This record gives sequence, structure tokens and C-alpha cells, in this order.
Amino acid sequence: MSAQRIIGARARRVEDPALLRGEGVYVDDIACPGVLHAAFARSPHAHARITRFPVEELKAMPGVVAVLTAAELASEMTSVLMPPQFPSSSLPPGAGSYVLAPKEVCYVGEPVLMVVAESRALAEDAVAAAEVDYEPLAAVVDAAAAGAPDGPKVREGIASNLLTRFKVGYGAVSEAFASAPHVYRERYWQHRGVAHPIEGRGVLARPEPGSRKLTVWSSTQMSNLLHSMLVDVLGADEDDIRVIAPAVGGGFGCKYLVYPEELAVAAAARKLGRPVKWVEDRCEHFMAAIHERDQYWDVEIAVDANAKVLALRGSLIHDQGAYTPQGFHASYNSASSITGPYVVPAYEIDVQVMQTNKTPVQPVRGAGYPQAAFVMERLIDRVARELELDRAEVRSRNLITPDRMPYPKKLKNRSGAELVIDGGDYPKCQALGLERIGYAGFLARQKAARAEGRYLGIGFAHAVKPTGRGPYEMARVRVSTSGRVTVYAGAMEMGQGIKTSLAQVCAEQLAVPLERIEVTAGDSAYIPAGFGGFGSRQAIFCASAVHLAALAVRNKAIRAAATLLEAAESDLELKDGRVVVKGVPGHGISLGDISRKLRGAPGYALPGGVTPILEADASFQLDLQAFANAFHACEVEVDPGTGHVSLLRYVAVQDSGRLINPLIAEGQVHGGVVHGIGNALFEWMRYDEQGQPITTTFADYLLPTATEVPNIEVLFVETPSTTNPLGVKGLGEAATIAVAPAVIAAVENALEPFGVHINEAPLTPVRVLELIRNSNPERKLP
Amino acid sequence: MSEFHDIAVKINGRSYERRVAVRMNLADFLRHELGLTGTHVGCEHGACGACTVLVDGRSARSCLMLAAQADGCELETVEGLAGETDLNPLQQAFWDRHGLQCGFCTPGILMTLTELLRDTPNADEAAIRAALSGHLCRCTGYQNIVAAALAVAGKT
Repeated sequence: MSAQRIIGARARRVEDPALLRGEGVYVDDIACPGVLHAAFARSPHAHARITRFPVEELKAMPGVVAVLTAAELASEMTSVLMPPQFPSSSLPPGAGSYVLAPKEVCYVGEPVLMVVAESRALAEDAVAAAEVDYEPLAAVVDAAAAGAPDGPKVREGIASNLLTRFKVGYGAVSEAFASAPHVYRERYWQHRGVAHPIEGRGVLARPEPGSRKLTVWSSTQMSNLLHSMLVDVLGADEDDIRVIAPAVGGGFGCKYLVYPEELAVAAAARKLGRPVKWVEDRCEHFMAAIHERDQYWDVEIAVDANAKVLALRGSLIHDQGAYTPQGFHASYNSASSITGPYVVPAYEIDVQVMQTNKTPVQPVRGAGYPQAAFVMERLIDRVARELELDRAEVRSRNLITPDRMPYPKKLKNRSGAELVIDGGDYPKCQALGLERIGYAGFLARQKAARAEGRYLGIGFAHAVKPTGRGPYEMARVRVSTSGRVTVYAGAMEMGQGIKTSLAQVCAEQLAVPLERIEVTAGDSAYIPAGFGGFGSRQAIFCASAVHLAALAVRNKAIRAAATLLEAAESDLELKDGRVVVKGVPGHGISLGDISRKLRGAPGYALPGGVTPILEADASFQLDLQAFANAFHACEVEVDPGTGHVSLLRYVAVQDSGRLINPLIAEGQVHGGVVHGIGNALFEWMRYDEQGQPITTTFADYLLPTATEVPNIEVLFVETPSTTNPLGVKGLGEAATIAVAPAVIAAVENALEPFGVHINEAPLTPVRVLELIRNSNPERKLP
Repeated sequence: MSEFHDIAVKINGRSYERRVAVRMNLADFLRHELGLTGTHVGCEHGACGACTVLVDGRSARSCLMLAAQADGCELETVEGLAGETDLNPLQQAFWDRHGLQCGFCTPGILMTLTELLRDTPNADEAAIRAALSGHLCRCTGYQNIVAAALAVAGKT
């Protein structure tokens, strides 16, 4: 094999120089002469009937070119209903929204009317003046109360707010509970947050003169799926529409969705025959980009006298928000992942997906897994407390050990495939993490601190994340006559350095330096189909496809060179961008020259009988998932007088299989952990009793900043995945999942003298004080 | 009051004279009137720091400042940091230490750190984190940004 070993190198990213110079081109940076600007009027009510659109008066306002409602867009679209975005036979009609609401609005922020004007300011002036008339209706706000038969309904005409109810499980649950020595019941709650990439959403659609062709740039995680939907909704052919994802300023799940605004802008551009752009502002992002994590759990765990888990059962209410644009996979992920790294002989969960008049819920970084890990890890901590055992010891007794891998979870994923853990060493990850954080000496540290009136706590948690969903990705690798290499992939670069990783995978086969490789990603003109960036999949799917394409180019180059150099193929190798005879580095031919030879000459055969040009296509198909895992440990100090939580140490042990680039991998862990810290301590998308969002600025909704987060100590264990040729597993989400349970456990441990038990996240300082007070009604607080 | 103002500004050493709408903010002026799109707009309410530029040497949120207020000022933006061929030492440290991911918040952070390291060339971690507390980054967890700044401050 190759002697390059560029896979695994801490290579600096190829994306960075342009971004550091301010030369990154994000959607709002694209120069587009003659562009019109869109702004959306949005519902100010959580639930209301629309009684009148002020179309005519808005048309008279300065600079307004068009005022569009669903009725006006209908001529450009096959349907003004948003099509369901994942195939699902179980979604009832009406579960998806309209492109623009024609009659009824179901959450604050739902778009109802689009103004297109000569400038953004003029479009926003018109929207600010738009007096859409509404007749307010009762709103459903709390998912736990949404099932009341006589309560309000999320949409008019539906019989129930329950979108779907399903059970997930296996084994003899009732029998296990009936005979279990110990059963503990808990209720848990996790609140919704917002994805908040620092670049919000945005889309630019430009009709190509003299044709029905349309080019669309969108800040998206799924350019190919946006392309497919535009083809369907605009009634176009594949070749009529080109979708390009330019530089994308972060995604975190919220851009893995086709939004109404994207379709409306594209339809408006076609209708008006002029380019139209819409760039989201932050207030819109708070209200109209998807949210995630609202769940209520009511669960019981049965254990034997030695704290071995016998069974787990309970119910889950998942708040889906007003619409279900993409299916209910976040709730399914929660239900199918709660057993995590543990042997759980019997399990059953009853899941209710409940609709509310709030922003629709789809996966944000973690996608249902963080909530489930929170519940499981908190339950394990409860067992330890009840049986007066060490929390690490209870985990050790229940972990799936490496000798049992591959481990069938006895559960299926949402597409029906068996969930089988391909590998991992959970006890090792735990041991490494506990050693690094100094668990053995913690009790002494805690005791000494308490003597000074300081409250230290330690907490830890495991996470297991099946990464990489199929069914496939495609790639093309081409060598130019100059010897430069271009990689085309369906991958989406949105900050995770996937272009660098793909270049490394290509360089490994072609022995070309990274700076001679250019990666083109997220452009439907080059890669016709694929699934983009979600579920921590691109290192598995896109990199494997690039690996196979690069391997094919390598083999083709060797075959042609064998003829050109009059050598046996087995005597040839690739070195420094050349195919050379082994041991005779002076005797060889550059890849650029082979590329030229393979372009051919009129009337002459191609060397080696190969196909034209030095290029290969490949696809990588897989239905299995690669199971990444993590063990996190943190140490905190809690001030019981103010409720303030200081994060003193944070250790993250991650196993994402073989690492393509450890520098990038560490960065992914840092960001993932800090996202989890936000979920644990800061981020709370609040609504009032009427369903009004009340945290719609960064002064009200807190993201972690540099002064709140510690340095994250990252350790990697590399258990190669057996599911793909590179042995890689996904990483992007795997660092977020264990954070909330580890942090909350640490806070609870710090507050042990107060008898505080914590079953929720986020945990604000005010809530810490409340919990202390509730646990100590008679005790005078410090 | 007039709807427009005539302003003269110097940006990255180059002089510009333009007529601007009174309500146009400085970020929009830089981005859409002058094509200096390296300065990004992340929140439009002065919280995320992505739009930070230097106005007469001091960091300012260009989304909270009107273009007309910049009349007569000297501005520095991310486009002015690098040389023709080389990144400047701070940019280079960001590249070497993986101090950016999606890159959207990066220009504003570079400008704030430029100010900090001019004022305090040997800034310590606490000072760097305090300066960064006016910026939001969703990708990096700030860790490698801090590491890059510490490297320039000679602390690593």
C-alpha cells in the first residue's frame, strides 16, 4: 500500500487561508447584479386564522416589486404544500406546513407572505407595515398537556395532537420487573434549544437568461436533496436546476432541511424572471429555524442486588412542534438508543410524538441521542446512590465488554435495519477518562474544598452514537494535465473540514501533496445525487467514495504507465505525483503526463487499453452504521449562594474509529462538548403560556462564551470500524451526547450535602437555588 | 434632515468617498456598497461580534454603527490583515492551530484579537478569553482560538 500515510496526519486545513483573509464566499457575499431582495411577514400568533392579506397596499410601497402569498406562488409550483422530506407512510396529512400559510398559522414565526423589493431595507419596510389580519385561536404549548381530549388542537380540524405513538423494545420486561430486587422510577425533562450557526439560513435564486434554468445557492447541509425537491416542486427537469452550497457558516442540523423560504425564493425568481435573495436575520432564526430536545420521560429501571441492570421501561413524550417536515426520527433515535453502552436484558418504551404550537422540531447536533443518554446515565447514577455503590463501579458492572462485539442491540433503526454495534472498548474509555481527571484522588479534593466552604463535584457519562446513514454517496476524482487533482463529492463543507479530509484520503492513494488537490463539494452540477451532511456520516460515506474513486484512478494510472514505461504493473508505485519504477525513482512518468496521454491523439489507441481521461467515478453504499462512542468526565464547583456552576476540568475520551485528521477531530470534539455545555447550563428557548417565544435575542438566550468554558482535554481511542474501507466512524455529534449527563451529575455531586437531585436540563443558576431550597425547606440558605 | 450623507472614510489604507443613506449601517456599507464581504453579519443586534471592525483603532460592532458615523474615520477590516502573499502572524496562528471551522465568526474575532494584541502584546489566557467573551462561535468551543492568540502572545 501507499507509503504516504497522509491519512492520520495533523494536516492544516485547505479551507482556511481564504476564510482567514475574509475571502470565503457565503451566500450573502455572492455578487449578483440586479438581484431583488425578499423579506417574509411571519405570524405573530402561536395559532390563528388568517382573515386578510394586505397585498394591494403593500404593492404600492416604495421599491416593492411583488407581494406574494401562497395563492400567487401556486402558478409556479406543483404544490404549495411542503412535500414530506423523508419517506414515511405513517405521517398523517397536514403534518407538513405550506410554503406560505394560506389560511391558518400554527407557530410564531410561520411565514405567511413574501415581499420582494429593490433592496432588503425596502422589503423589510413593507413587511414591517404589513397588517395581515388574524383571528387568534387557542394554542397548545406544553407537550405533556397536549394529549388532553378536550384541550385545544394544534391545527383546526384534527382530532388529536398526537402525531404518532409507537413502542420500541425487546425481552420479557414485565417478568423482569416482577421479580427484580430493586426498581427505581424517575421523571426527566430536557428543554429545546436552537441550532444557532453564526451564519443563519440564506438563499439566492438566479434564473438563467433565455431558458427555464435556475441556479440556486443556499446555505444548506443538503444541496442534492434541495435540488431534488426544487425539481419536484417547480415541475422542472434535473438539468434545469443547479443547486450550489457556497461557504456555509455552520449548520448543526438546522440546515438539514428544505425550508419554505428556499422554495418560495426559487419560485419567486422564476415568476419574476429576476434573481431573488433572502438572508435570514437572527430573530427569524430563533423563531423559524428548527429546534430540538424537548422531551418528557417517565422511566423505571430494575436492577439486581449487585446493581446489574435487569430491565428498563417507561414512556416518552416528544414535543414535535407545529409541523413534521421530515418525519419523527429524533424521537425514534431517543427510543432506540437509550440502552447506550450497557447490557439491558429487557426494554420497552412507549413513545408519544405530540404536536404543539411552537417551532417545528427536527434534529439539532445529537438528534435525540443526547436526551436518551441523559436519561440512562442519570438512572445509573440513581442506582449507585440507592445501593451506595461507586458510580463508576455500577457502570463497569453493566458495560458491554469488547469480547461481546459485534453486539446486536436487539433493536432496529428507523428504516428497519438491525442495530449491531460494530465495535468499541467502553471499559477502556471509562478507565482512561477517570484516570485523566484524577477520579482516584477526587474524594480528598472534595473533602478539602468543603472544609473551605467550597462545593466541588465530579460527574461522568458514556455515549454511544450510530454514525453514518446510507444508502450511498458518490465521488469523482480527476487528474488534470498539469497534475492537479480535482475531487468532486456530494459532501457538504460547513466547518467540519471535510474538504481537507477528502483531500487527505485522495492524497493517500495518489501520492500528491494536499495543495495540489482541489475539492469541489455541494454542487449538483457535478454530483447528481446524495444526502449531504447529517448524522455524522460524511467521513464514512463521502470519504469512502473518494477513497474508492482515488484507488480506481491510481490503478488506471499504473496500468497506463506500465505500457508507457514498458514495465510490469507490479513493479510500479506512486511517489510525489509520479508513477515510478520501484527502486528507480528517476524512471517514471508524472500523473499530469499520464492524464495528457489518456486524453488521446486522433486515431491512436490509449495506452494500456484503459478508458479515456485520468478520471474515475465511484460510489459507496452501506446500510449498516458505525458505532462511535465517548466517555466524558468533568469536575465542577457550585456556589450554593448564587447557583453559579464553574466548570473546572473537562475530559472527553472519544472513539470514532480511525482518524483521518486528529487536528480536525479535536476541533470537532471541542465544539461538540461546548454545544453540550450550552444544553446543560445555558440554552433555553422559552415560550410563554400563549406560545410566544420570549428568548429571541442573544441577550435572552445564552450561548456559551469563551469565559464560561474550560479547556477540553481530548483523548482518542481508535477502534477501526468494520463497516467501511477506511475504518472510520462519525464524530460531529458523538462529542455532544455525553455532556449534559456528565455536567448535571457533577453539579448533583457537588450539592450532595444539600440532598439535591437533578432530573432536568438546562440548569440555570436560579434553578440551582430553587432545587437547593426545595430539598431543604427548613434549612436556612447560606 | 437629509436622507443621505456624503462620507469619506479610509479603509485598510485606501480612501473612499460615498453618498450613503442615513439609515445604512456600517456593516451593510462595507459589504454591499464597497464589496468588502469579509466582515460578516451574524445577529444584527450587537451580540455575536462577527461584524467587528476597528474604527480609529478601537473595536466596534459594525452592525450597531451607522455608515454616516464613520465619516472621517480610519477603518480596519479583515481584508487588511494579510500581506499580498503571506497571512499575518495572527492569521497564521489560526491556521496552524485550527482556530476556525466554518470561518463565519472568524473575521470579527481576528479584529478583536488584533486590538488586544496591539494593546497587550503579551496578553495571558484570562485577558484573551475576556476579549473573546464579546464573540460567539458555535464551532470551535473557543479553545483553539485561545491557543492561537496565546501563540502570538508568546505564551506557548
